[in-house]
Amino acid sequence: MMGKFIIGRYVPADSLLHRMDPRSKLILIFLFVCIVFVANNPVTYGILLLYTFVMAFLSKVPLRFILGGLKPVLWLIVFTFILHLFLTKDGALLFEWGWFEVYEGGVRQGTFISLRFFLLILMTSLLTLTTTPIEITDGLEVLLGPLKKINFPVHELALMMSISLRFIPTLMQETDKIMKAQTARGVDFSSGPLKTRIQAIIPLLVPLFISSFKRAEELAVAMEARGYRGGEGRTKYRQLKWTGLDTVMMLAFVVVTVTLFILRT
Amino acid sequence: MRFAKIPDDFFPWLKYDGSLRQIGIIQLKLVLMREKIFIHTGQFCAAANEAPSGREDKPMKEPVVKIENISFKYDEQEGYALKDLSLQVYDGEWLAIVGHNGSGKSTLAKLMNGLQYPLEGTIEICGIRLNKETVWETRKLVGMVFQSPDNQFVGTTVQDDVAFGLENNGVPRGEMVKRVIASLEKVHMEKFLDQEPHHLSGGQKQRVAIAGVLALQPKIIILDEATSMLDPRGREEVLETIRELKGTNQLTVISITHDLEEAAKADRIIVMNRGRLYKEGTPEEIFQMDEELVELGLDIPFSVKISKKLREKGIPLDKFYLSEEELVAQLWTSHSSK
Ligand SMILES: Nc1ncnc2c1ncn2[C@@H]1O[C@H](COP(=O)(O)OP(=O)(O)O)[C@@H](O)[C@H]1O
Ligand SMILES: [Mg+2]
Repeated sequence: MMGKFIIGRYVPADSLLHRMDPRSKLILIFLFVCIVFVANNPVTYGILLLYTFVMAFLSKVPLRFILGGLKPVLWLIVFTFILHLFLTKDGALLFEWGWFEVYEGGVRQGTFISLRFFLLILMTSLLTLTTTPIEITDGLEVLLGPLKKINFPVHELALMMSISLRFIPTLMQETDKIMKAQTARGVDFSSGPLKTRIQAIIPLLVPLFISSFKRAEELAVAMEARGYRGGEGRTKYRQLKWTGLDTVMMLAFVVVTVTLFILRT
Repeated sequence: MRFAKIPDDFFPWLKYDGSLRQIGIIQLKLVLMREKIFIHTGQFCAAANEAPSGREDKPMKEPVVKIENISFKYDEQEGYALKDLSLQVYDGEWLAIVGHNGSGKSTLAKLMNGLQYPLEGTIEICGIRLNKETVWETRKLVGMVFQSPDNQFVGTTVQDDVAFGLENNGVPRGEMVKRVIASLEKVHMEKFLDQEPHHLSGGQKQRVAIAGVLALQPKIIILDEATSMLDPRGREEVLETIRELKGTNQLTVISITHDLEEAAKADRIIVMNRGRLYKEGTPEEIFQMDEELVELGLDIPFSVKISKKLREKGIPLDKFYLSEEELVAQLWTSHSSK
């Protein structure tokens, strides 16, 4: 069911995008989200579209795979388009059918908004497709570093995130094990009316919760035994490396941005 | 700059062996930390390990852990988890601690690592009195491996996990990389640097945990039932690793275990009962206790039971054999010599 869905998934490969520093990728995404709103005519949208597809190409993840994975979101995009098509009554009337009227402005607005939506989703997917969650965490920790000055718990949040990431597969395995154990006792997870199926989840969740609390407690003791005492005075093992590639990517982005500002109307 | 008042027990080694002779070897580094003084003790412990030349008895007899009359109670508990317990652990020995469930073994381990503090009594690690000020120093000397392989694996990959303790102690990155590789080599896990924990077996995870401890270059390693959740192969894997390390690293091993066969291989055994030290002795002495051990909620090893029965049947065995191999060897040699 979730097999093809790609939002938040990482696809290992050796591509230019994979090799970029997570910090530069995060900065680029952030800026991209801003400049998407700069585009306001076919040419500028064309440039953004081109830029995004070049990026997708550089990621070495097959475009068909990306678009296939975005299918559930594509419906949302189509829906946005239709909504704008009917609700914007601007410019020349193109055609009418019963009380449906389609105006030129509607087509334009619908295309632009849904395109914007599409570009944003595609770019953020490219980030997660080419960056491991732990790299994203590291990148965020550094980029949000200055917030420590106002006592924002950057290190703690990053640690929480990395521990969650580390435990997700473990908890999945455990869920699977409990599920099998309960199935062996006659609990049926996959058939019957919705109500009984929801009830069947309870004997799954309760042991999972109990064991998670136990894990959390034991982990906290183990961390303390290994000298953990908060972020202060701590060094980092995983290293981020800003290379020439990152600088080039940034410069390319600046060029795109400048072009957008020149060509927008 | 302000100095904290120096407590009375600030120079614990002065009463260490009664002489000031050692102090020449001691490199004393005073490190100012958060306006309090910590003593950098790595050198002291190394110096203390060299057996004093004037002594006649075994060079092993240097206590690295010295526990005196400690008592401890958890807030939410009625009775004491540990009561009036004294204990010494000597440099380079393998000490096994056995006892029924809830006899206070884990609590004792936690106290030695400063995860809890005794209500009464004192603990000294390599001559440093353990308290809230010295705990970060002593914690580097005492590494701990816990029971559950999963719930002590912090990093997202093997190398990240080994590095965790080093990161906590602010070790520079260049040094970290070296130590991570070196420790993983010692536990034969260097081929799994980027492996994620859910792709490792229990035994492998425990070996990574050991590497994480080794990276901090401790004097003492405490294994709190570290093999009890493993299958026989994983258990042997981990114990073999520890044996190797003990040989090469001058590590003192404190192994808390349910497995009396494992305890049989230790240099010394301590039996705990209801928060008290019930008995202390060599494996042979302890297994003489026999029925008494069963009453304490422990089970004597199969080979000991057999040798006892054989002796009752009139087979001349000079002692209780602690391992099956030994017993078998004794049986077929005595038979063939007839
Ligand atoms: N975190 C805790 N909070 C309260 N009581 C505890 C805690 N841990 C252990 N105890 C109690 O302390 C006693 C000793 O436990 P423990 O040291 O874990 O024994 P062992 O490791 O020998 O099985 C037991 O009675 C146990 O119930
Ligand atoms: Mg225990």
